[in-house]
Amino acid sequence: MGHEILIVEDERNIALSLEFLMKQAGHSVRSVGDGQDALDAIDELLPDLILLDVNLPTLDGYSVCARLRAEERTRHVRVLMLTARGREIEREKGMAAGANDYLTKPFSTRELVQRVESLLGET
Amino acid sequence: MLSGSLILFASLCYLGLLFVIAHLGERAAAADKSLIANPYVYTLSMAVYCTAWTYYGSVGRAANTGIGFLPIYLGPTLMAATWWFVLRKIIRISRLQRLNSIADFIASRYGKSALLGGLVTVVAVIGILPYISLQLKAISTSYTVLRDYPELGTLSRTVRELPWQDTAFWIALALAAFTILFGARNVDVTERHEGMVAAVAFESLFKLVAFLAVGLWVTFGLFDGPGELFRQAMNEPRLQQLTSTERLPGGYTSWLSLTLLSMVAVMFLPRQFHMAVVENVDENHVRRAMWMFPLYLLIINLFVLPLAFAGEMRFPGGSADPDFHVLTLPLAEQRDMLALFVFLGGLSAATGMVIVATIALTTMVSNDLVMPVLLRTRGRVFATRLDAGKTLMQIRRVTIVVIMLLGYLHFYLIGESYALVTIGLVSFCAVAQFAPAVLFGLYWKAASRLGAITGITAGFLIWLYTLLLPGFAQAGWLPRSFVDDGPFGIALLHPYHLFGLQGLDAITHSLFWSMLVNTGLLVGFSLFGTRSVAERVQAERFVGVFADGGRKLDVDALQGNATVGDLQNLVGRFLGQARTQRVFANALMTDNGKGQSADLQERLHETASPLLVEHSERLLAGAIGAASARVMINSVAGGTAPSIESVLSILEESSKVRSHSRRLEQQSRELEAATQELRSANERLQELDRLKDEFVATVSHELRTPLTSIRAFSEILLATPDMESTQRKEFLDIVVKESERLTRLVDQVLDLAKIESGRMEWRHEDLDLCTIVNDSLASVSQLIRERNIRCEKTLPDQTLNVNVDGDRLTQLLVNLLSNAVKFCDADDGRIALRLLSSEDGYRIEVEDNGAGIGPEEIEHVFEKFHQANRANAGESLGTGLGLPISRYIAEHHGGHLYVARSRPGSTVFALDLPRPSSGNDGPDTSGNRSDTETGR
Repeated sequence: MGHEILIVEDERNIALSLEFLMKQAGHSVRSVGDGQDALDAIDELLPDLILLDVNLPTLDGYSVCARLRAEERTRHVRVLMLTARGREIEREKGMAAGANDYLTKPFSTRELVQRVESLLGET
Repeated sequence: MLSGSLILFASLCYLGLLFVIAHLGERAAAADKSLIANPYVYTLSMAVYCTAWTYYGSVGRAANTGIGFLPIYLGPTLMAATWWFVLRKIIRISRLQRLNSIADFIASRYGKSALLGGLVTVVAVIGILPYISLQLKAISTSYTVLRDYPELGTLSRTVRELPWQDTAFWIALALAAFTILFGARNVDVTERHEGMVAAVAFESLFKLVAFLAVGLWVTFGLFDGPGELFRQAMNEPRLQQLTSTERLPGGYTSWLSLTLLSMVAVMFLPRQFHMAVVENVDENHVRRAMWMFPLYLLIINLFVLPLAFAGEMRFPGGSADPDFHVLTLPLAEQRDMLALFVFLGGLSAATGMVIVATIALTTMVSNDLVMPVLLRTRGRVFATRLDAGKTLMQIRRVTIVVIMLLGYLHFYLIGESYALVTIGLVSFCAVAQFAPAVLFGLYWKAASRLGAITGITAGFLIWLYTLLLPGFAQAGWLPRSFVDDGPFGIALLHPYHLFGLQGLDAITHSLFWSMLVNTGLLVGFSLFGTRSVAERVQAERFVGVFADGGRKLDVDALQGNATVGDLQNLVGRFLGQARTQRVFANALMTDNGKGQSADLQERLHETASPLLVEHSERLLAGAIGAASARVMINSVAGGTAPSIESVLSILEESSKVRSHSRRLEQQSRELEAATQELRSANERLQELDRLKDEFVATVSHELRTPLTSIRAFSEILLATPDMESTQRKEFLDIVVKESERLTRLVDQVLDLAKIESGRMEWRHEDLDLCTIVNDSLASVSQLIRERNIRCEKTLPDQTLNVNVDGDRLTQLLVNLLSNAVKFCDADDGRIALRLLSSEDGYRIEVEDNGAGIGPEEIEHVFEKFHQANRANAGESLGTGLGLPISRYIAEHHGGHLYVARSRPGSTVFALDLPRPSSGNDGPDTSGNRSDTETGR
């Protein structure tokens, strides 16, 4: 039941924690620190789910998400967006860009894992 | 030969008849059935122009100069052609402005100038005195001729009698009494004298009939018709000469000047102005008078030549004074009753002139000379007296007597030195001085008060000098040499040949100079002077009187459809409602003759009577000025819409309002500027607010990042008790580091907030800069050793005294050094710290051998929350606030922190600090001590 998970997060320590949690849940994990790298990684291998940070150095999370939704191959990839921006407008922007779910940092690890599992269960 | 008592009796009867007519006229006027409201009476009343001068003098002049008597009647005939435009305009203006003399008219035209009114009055009185004296002379001489005929030698008086032995003196007093009876009998002071007009019209008719009677009797009684008369006259060579124009004294120039003189005289003689303008009832009467008045002149002159010829043939060689041929001809034929009738005709011509002229002058004297002085000196007493009318009447009576006596005085002093006609022309020339002011005033808006005053004054003085004074000289009251050689023998100032002007008779000469100077000054001062607001307003009204929507009379205009309530509202706005209600209730009470209720409330919706409208206008005029009051009343009374002129005059009049509105405009501009400032201030505030929101959002984001790691690893560690110890240690390390980062972040946010808001406490001390550099390096030496980084330090030998906040400067240097440690080459890390001293100041450089900062990034490294992207992975726990805070610290010390250069292998941050102003530190930079520390 292992799934392919792509983690897109520029904060090294947060990425570490996400990697650990996903591996612990039995998924195979790849991790990149920037939006452009993420698109390359997706080209290489289509993941089942992407944990996507919004604030990224060159290409931000909204843009990555919008690009995925624009392409037939990547349209159905589950996206769980993570952001440290707490305002409601950010959540709406994320959903509008095509995210399946949305979590605000700092998050509860248990809730994160539950959300990931529930998104993967839908497929 | 008639007895004196018979003549006296007949004269008194005649005057009694006149008085009865006047009385009937007044009774009719009181009963609203005017006797004089028709063009015939109007025309006849204007024929007061023909005085004893015409009656006796024309024949005298014709006997001497043939048709030379004609210009005096040609002028008025020509002038009458212009009456529909000129006279009607003057009448309209006078009615609208309630003017009742020529002095009023001129004063009002030039800004209601009291000075001008007084001036015109003085000129008129002095100018008319010879004319009055002429009438006295005519009456007294004709009386003497009638009584003493055929002893004509008494005519030229050689021995001066004392006044009370002189007929003329008693005639003057009698005329004064009679004038008072006509013009100043009632306490009721009005400018209209219907009774007098009726009497004067009768006199005009009477003198015409008398003159025609003697003319017809001579032509058809003594001779067989005009043909026979002229045929006989032509047999006498002297009389034949008279029919050619060559006998004219002064030639055509004189004709022209006499014609012009009589043109203006028929308009501007005070008595003509009074009859034609003030006593005019309906301006449409002018239309009829335009041809009837010339006709009257023609008829009365019809028998002048026949009478002159007949007289000259009957009394050849000057055996009788030709001025009195009309009397001596019937007397010589023993037609005493005809002679008496003719004498009464002459009396009527003289009395008519004297009465009207005196009344006109009296109105001017009392209104334009006495009242202004009285109001100025005792205005308060006068205004509160109930019997002010009585006082006014006494003033007028005294004035009449004084004028009459002055006329007599003139007669007494110089009466014998001129012929009848010449005396009259002297007066004509005096009133001609009014013509430029009136005529320019009627048609030229720019004509100014100063121009009118200087023009009339100068013209009058010239008249005085060239006509009046020579008269006194010829009568022997001044040295005879004055008229022979000029004053003190100065020929240039000769009164008959001023500035060497020769070849003109005295009248033409005087007219030429006075008119030239008068008109010149009027035009000159008007062109190059300034005019007051009042002058401009009046000029607009006078010149543009017909442009005012064709409004005929103001009373008609006032009879609009305003209700009592409208008026009360309007007046109340200016005078206050309580006072207005009181005044209106009073006004309605007196206006209550028609059995209406006096209750104000019940009558609010009634149409207001003209009287009430007029009353309201007067009330308003007191508060807001006459011009504004008129426009205001028109606005509710539904008269004509306010004309441009009236609106203009409101604007002109309310200069106060204008300056007030200028102030308002000014304030509104200031307000607008203030609003603009506020708006931009508000924009700045909104911008600051937006920046603050952004800052808070960014700070919150930055705080959440370390918190996320801390929470995630803490939960992982909690949930995974069986984790192997190396991994557990690794995760705990992260938690610790992120906690430190969080602490640092909080500290730096607080620092930044303090610095930016100016609340940071700076503790300046005198310190050695080398010590600070050493201390800073020491605090990162642990890190340097851990990373195995080589560090090179360059310091000057001597102490560098500075006054700085040591802790903050250390914080800055530690920040630079930490960054250098963080970003230097991971394997072969090298950093350098240099303190350099120069004349300009000190420089501290921190160099690392890392990958360098990209050119596009260099601009951003000092921005808040900018996170460097060049860090060695896993190291970056920056806050993005270190460099911004460092820069603030540098700026606070008057220094500058910047990236001196950056390329792979060498990135240099430099801090420039100024030398302290005291300058007691060693400036020397040569002996820099250099040592190298190498981390282990």
